[in-house]
Amino acid sequence: MADYKALIAQLTAVAATPGKSVAAVIKETGKEAFGCFPLHTPEELVYAAGYIPVGMWGGRTEIKLADKYLQGFCCTIIKANIEMGLNGTYKDLKGVIIPCICDTLKCVSEDWIYACPQIPVIPIAYPMQRKIDGAIEYMVEEFRHVQAKLEEISGRKITDEQIEAAFAIYEDYRQAMREFVEVAADYPLTIDAKTRHLIIKAAYFMDKAKYTAIVKDIIAELKQLPKEEAKIKVVVSGLVSEPVEVLDILTENGIAIVADDLSQASRKFRTPARAEGTALEKMAGIIADQKGDTFLYEPEKYKGSMLIDQYKAKKADGIIYFQMKFCDPEEFDFPIVKKEMEEAGIPLLYLEVDQQIDSFEQLRTRIQSFAEIL
Amino acid sequence: MGEERKSSKQLLAELQAKHYADAQQAKAEGKPVAWSASIAMQEILEAMDIAVVYPENHAAAIGARKESMEFINNAEGRGYSTDICSYARVNIGYSDIKHAEAQDIPLPDFVFCCDNLCNTVLKWYENLAKDLNIPMVLVNTPFVYDDEVPERSVKYMRKEFDHVIRQLEEITGKKMDPKRLEEVMETSNEAAKWWKAAYSTAVKNPSPLSGFDMFNYMAAAVTMRGKKETVELFRTWHDELKERGEAGMGPWKPGEDEKYRVLWDGIACWTNLSTTFKTLKKYGVNVVCSTYPDIWNLRYGSNDLDGLVKAYAEHYANRSIKFSVDKMSALAEEFQLDGILYHSNRSCKLMDFRQYEIQRQVEARTGIPYVSFDGDQTDPRIFSDAQYETRIQALVEVMENKKNAKGGK
Ligand code: SF4
Ligand code: SF4
Repeated sequence: MADYKALIAQLTAVAATPGKSVAAVIKETGKEAFGCFPLHTPEELVYAAGYIPVGMWGGRTEIKLADKYLQGFCCTIIKANIEMGLNGTYKDLKGVIIPCICDTLKCVSEDWIYACPQIPVIPIAYPMQRKIDGAIEYMVEEFRHVQAKLEEISGRKITDEQIEAAFAIYEDYRQAMREFVEVAADYPLTIDAKTRHLIIKAAYFMDKAKYTAIVKDIIAELKQLPKEEAKIKVVVSGLVSEPVEVLDILTENGIAIVADDLSQASRKFRTPARAEGTALEKMAGIIADQKGDTFLYEPEKYKGSMLIDQYKAKKADGIIYFQMKFCDPEEFDFPIVKKEMEEAGIPLLYLEVDQQIDSFEQLRTRIQSFAEIL
Repeated sequence: MGEERKSSKQLLAELQAKHYADAQQAKAEGKPVAWSASIAMQEILEAMDIAVVYPENHAAAIGARKESMEFINNAEGRGYSTDICSYARVNIGYSDIKHAEAQDIPLPDFVFCCDNLCNTVLKWYENLAKDLNIPMVLVNTPFVYDDEVPERSVKYMRKEFDHVIRQLEEITGKKMDPKRLEEVMETSNEAAKWWKAAYSTAVKNPSPLSGFDMFNYMAAAVTMRGKKETVELFRTWHDELKERGEAGMGPWKPGEDEKYRVLWDGIACWTNLSTTFKTLKKYGVNVVCSTYPDIWNLRYGSNDLDGLVKAYAEHYANRSIKFSVDKMSALAEEFQLDGILYHSNRSCKLMDFRQYEIQRQVEARTGIPYVSFDGDQTDPRIFSDAQYETRIQALVEVMENKKNAKGGK
């Protein structure tokens, strides 16, 4: 078994330089890459099609060309994706999947056709009434539609066996990640906020089977070590906990992330699959069973109570709400969460972030004062 | 002598007053009241005799009365971001303040949502349901990215339709009468037919219809499509317009000529109605059509429930750029447009984030000039008189040059 520090360094390096990492995995596996916009993208199908699914969660880039498609008040994740589509960063992608899950993504699934005609787009529309009779059936047919499009683009048939096999690899990955976030909470100094984020993010730029094996090794090694205590423990909620500079500021202030409710992290792997059914039915089942997710219809809005549960279970000191600027579904959830935290007397820090910020002084001050009250 | 026939303007005012009075009365009698998204399947509510108010319509009325900031401030004070659609902020503010000079409405016993316009209404109604601790009823219409609504969506939406009826039967304790539903569907089709017939009178050159009047009548298309009186209203309005047209009258008073015919893309700026209208009129520019009104031209066959759910899913807000470009290009020809005016509406990401590409494609296809201006339907802080006027001037100049060039041929 390799030294856990080396394994951690390997994964954090992958996440820190996505472009290089994707080039490396293409070279290593001989497979081509296929882009997956957020959220809940059926990566299993992409994997079954023989591609490396690559996560497209924006990134730091100067926005110039994207202004031709999107007004100033569009979230920067999507602006960055369009920008990088236009400026050639994504030239090696064989296609992209765009889930039409928020108003911005619906529009962008359309804009992409004209902005990046050389990279075919496969849209997908989820059932929001995901609990009713008929929702799973619809979802499975929608997956079949994506499958047909992937077959058309790749020129290869995808068999049900391949889908089952891909699903098994992803289930293994999700299971390992559920364990990872649990174990990481016991080692908040080794797995500080930024390290935690980068390890989880690396999965988006690697072959999942290979990634999962490394994560399992890290988990096993960590468990050998004496547990660590952080000065301040928080639960984070939001789309992503970026930019990473903010995570460094958390660490500087002795704040560790002991649990998350992030689209890029736990929301992606926290829901176990149902025991019965085909792989596609199980994939649909995960969408139907997911709780407290901003982007999946839920009139009961369990998010707040789930955060409180996490807060209590992890004996945390507070909650940080990472609000991606201009992400309106998340903005809608905030006042509800805020009220619930006030009623429960739980300290809540609201951080409005975007991937392109270059001055962190204001955020630093806010984080410092939050740390002081905890 | 017989009673004089009421004008459509009178009918509209009466019906609107009745619409709100009925809701208040239902509340007073302890009957359930719904708050509904603006393009939801009202047929079901009407057939079950459930009183409804429409927050988008109500927020527009508050905006037109220039009192939206009070409600917006309330919502923002409770943590709602300025980035969120201002209809939602106004309405969520109202759900707390519960009184508006423009119009009072009863608080809902449940919310009735259809996300065919945007995902925003879904999040907004979730919050109302949670905050007010009331049930939410939803019909989700998956985004139509292909050329047609796929069979799988129709099947799924039909299941939702049945689910919704069961939910409403539980909420009201009443059974849905399929005969009554069939009747309401007939009436709604009839109302939609006359709604379209009325605004289509603007095809005539000059148009007997002023586009800003259409924005007013649209309130009835939103709030009472399922009622017999609405059929009467739109038919009367149509007849008046037809008469005007036959008499060779334009949209305004005699002597005020329609010089240019434009399409208005997007929602009106309710908080700046008079400025937006007067500036256009000053240059002889009439809004002869919009991408919006056709949304309520919801048509389906007799008792055809598949057709009904499909109609709700397939209007332009839930469709592809290709569909929008085809649609606008067809309108350009049908209405003999001289120009297009795009409202870049700070509230509405769904409309905005396709608008630039649509502008380019429609211009490439039709050659019709356009301008775009920044505004918002109910947040008065976005619109700028100066920018609007400059943009309109620019459009008029291009339209004028084109006219002269044509005339000179
Ligand atoms: S609005 Fe939010 S969910 Fe939608 S694309 Fe932007 S960041 Fe993603
Ligand atoms: S203005 Fe736009 S975002 Fe707001 S409710 Fe209407 S369609 Fe939705």
